[in-house]
Amino acid sequence: MPQKIFAPWDDPDETPLIRFQNVSKRFGDFTAIDAIDLEIYAREFFALLGPSGCGKTTLMRMLAGFETPSSGKIFLSGQDIAPVPPNQRAVNMMFQSYALFPHLSVWDNIAFGLRREGRARDEIDARVGEMLKLTRLEKFARRKPHQISGGQRQRVALARSLAKAPKLLLLDEPLGALDKKLREETQFELMDIQETTGTTFVIVTHDQEEAMTVASRVAVMDEGRLIQVATPDRIYEAPASVYVADFIGDVNIIEGKAHQTGDRVQVDWAEGQPALAAKTTRDFSLEQTCYLAIRPEKVAISAEKPSGANVLSGEVLDIAYLGNLSTYHVKLPTGHVIKAQQANTRRIARRPFTWEDKVWVSWTESAAVVLDR
Amino acid sequence: MRRLILIAIPYVWLLALFLIPFFIVVKISLSDVALARPPYMPQLDWSAGWEGIRNFFAALDFENFGFLTTDDLYWKAYLSSLQIAGISTLLTLIVGFPIAYGMARAPEHWRPTLMMLVILPFWTSFLIRVYAWMGILSQNGLLNGVLMSLGVIGEPLTILNTDVAVYIGIVYTYLPFMILPIYAALEKLDSSLLEAAEDLGCSRLTAFWLITVPLSKQGVIAGCFLVFIPAVGEFVIPSLLGGSETLMIGKVLYEEFFSNRDWPVASAVAVVLLLILVIPIVLFQRNEQKQREAEG
Repeated sequence: MPQKIFAPWDDPDETPLIRFQNVSKRFGDFTAIDAIDLEIYAREFFALLGPSGCGKTTLMRMLAGFETPSSGKIFLSGQDIAPVPPNQRAVNMMFQSYALFPHLSVWDNIAFGLRREGRARDEIDARVGEMLKLTRLEKFARRKPHQISGGQRQRVALARSLAKAPKLLLLDEPLGALDKKLREETQFELMDIQETTGTTFVIVTHDQEEAMTVASRVAVMDEGRLIQVATPDRIYEAPASVYVADFIGDVNIIEGKAHQTGDRVQVDWAEGQPALAAKTTRDFSLEQTCYLAIRPEKVAISAEKPSGANVLSGEVLDIAYLGNLSTYHVKLPTGHVIKAQQANTRRIARRPFTWEDKVWVSWTESAAVVLDR
Repeated sequence: MRRLILIAIPYVWLLALFLIPFFIVVKISLSDVALARPPYMPQLDWSAGWEGIRNFFAALDFENFGFLTTDDLYWKAYLSSLQIAGISTLLTLIVGFPIAYGMARAPEHWRPTLMMLVILPFWTSFLIRVYAWMGILSQNGLLNGVLMSLGVIGEPLTILNTDVAVYIGIVYTYLPFMILPIYAALEKLDSSLLEAAEDLGCSRLTAFWLITVPLSKQGVIAGCFLVFIPAVGEFVIPSLLGGSETLMIGKVLYEEFFSNRDWPVASAVAVVLLLILVIPIVLFQRNEQKQREAEG
């Protein structure tokens, strides 16, 4: 039996767990959130991605109840949450600083929320035990937060925020304080835990790789607005704007004038150079300014002139060796620099190109995305 | 070697200015009053050699400590001092905690100014400030004048020369010692801890009890000791603001030394006071150590 793909956002019958309806937030003259509409579905791992100051944290704090919208409404399971104070929301948050209570043991930190609900003692014991097991912290239950490592503290924070089995878990830069290796491991752990518990996760991050790895959908934000909300592959392969294309991963952007015929666009991009061809589903008027976004790994580099839609000659300006990959910066006669990426399937000594080599770069008609802004 | 010198300096200082004087006081407390200069005996007679030293030690006794138990003035004075210091400490805490809390919650650019305002009274002589309180609290003083002109009271209140004036004086004088350690503790408190507590189901008030209070505990304890310990032996405030009813050991000590010229009994009073205060001082140091461990 083929597994059903998890995509509630494509199902018109699905009701969202969270709905932002024209939500704005202003701090004095500053607009932190600008008329946002957004729907997040149950069991999603939803990432809010953007540079610092883009409003992603404000958006999350509104869900937790620490900020109230200046206008617009937020619904959780169909109920307007504006009048519900943070301590009564079925929402828990994992703080960026972890905010572990330093005077309480790991065990008491995790039990904190359960105790506030006035649950029975053995029930609390059982639930805390479960959480300790889930986060592999059994051995550290009696320690104080300052007696454990950063990675363990991160897991305590996660266990504490999950203990009350919230409908929605908010994670504010949860892995920001961990080193790269631990961060990558923890990303998978987070995904596992999200799947095991079936909780809806909303994560705030400025790390695009992290968002792409963990999230079922990513919302790219800038200056209080949602630029694009889509699955990681759509965000990467079909960015809505130059901003998104540039923010997520590496990209070559070429500006030009569009000449459209059907689903094909010819882009005049430089004096005396052949137009570049690309396929698109958008409509461009004649001579409209447009941008070609081409991912470096979709640009081929070769010594012999290849045949194909878009072929340009240039000279190797720089080589960034990343171990598994090399990125070649190829300078065109027009002054443009095109990045082309190749997997290093051979030993470095046998690298085919070196600095100042004359090379050809090429890509297919479908490799580039044509954007209007 | 340099380390040794560095460590030696404070110890030599303590030895010269605390331990040696303390042993002199202990020695006087074991002597007898005499009409002489200095007004006690025995005096150590070096010229008599071993015999002199033996005679000297033979003449020392605990008579004065025994005397302290015969007159109930002394234990009443100790008890009343402890009581006044205890109540004043509590009052200082009640006044000081909200101030420290407000300071810690104030916008960051305000905090140095607020801190300055707390420390500012130290720039004026302590004695002058206590005299100022006499002017404020007396029968026809500032406070009564204002209250009468507002019509709040018909008769002037008698505050000066009562225990109330002593409490006001102690709370006023020692308030900075309470505020500063509590402020230091509260300022370190990460506000996201309170948000986390709220997020996990606490009301603002329970979050205060469960997070703010335990995390400022060390500061509160430090502040209380810094007020309590000197307040027990306080002399200037009760003698200037207090009445004849106000019984404090500092005053008794002064009377014994300067009015009765009974140095041995006065020394005994001082030694007992120190022994009483050793307990809170040890507790205070243990608290400080615990705090350091918690932070380490």
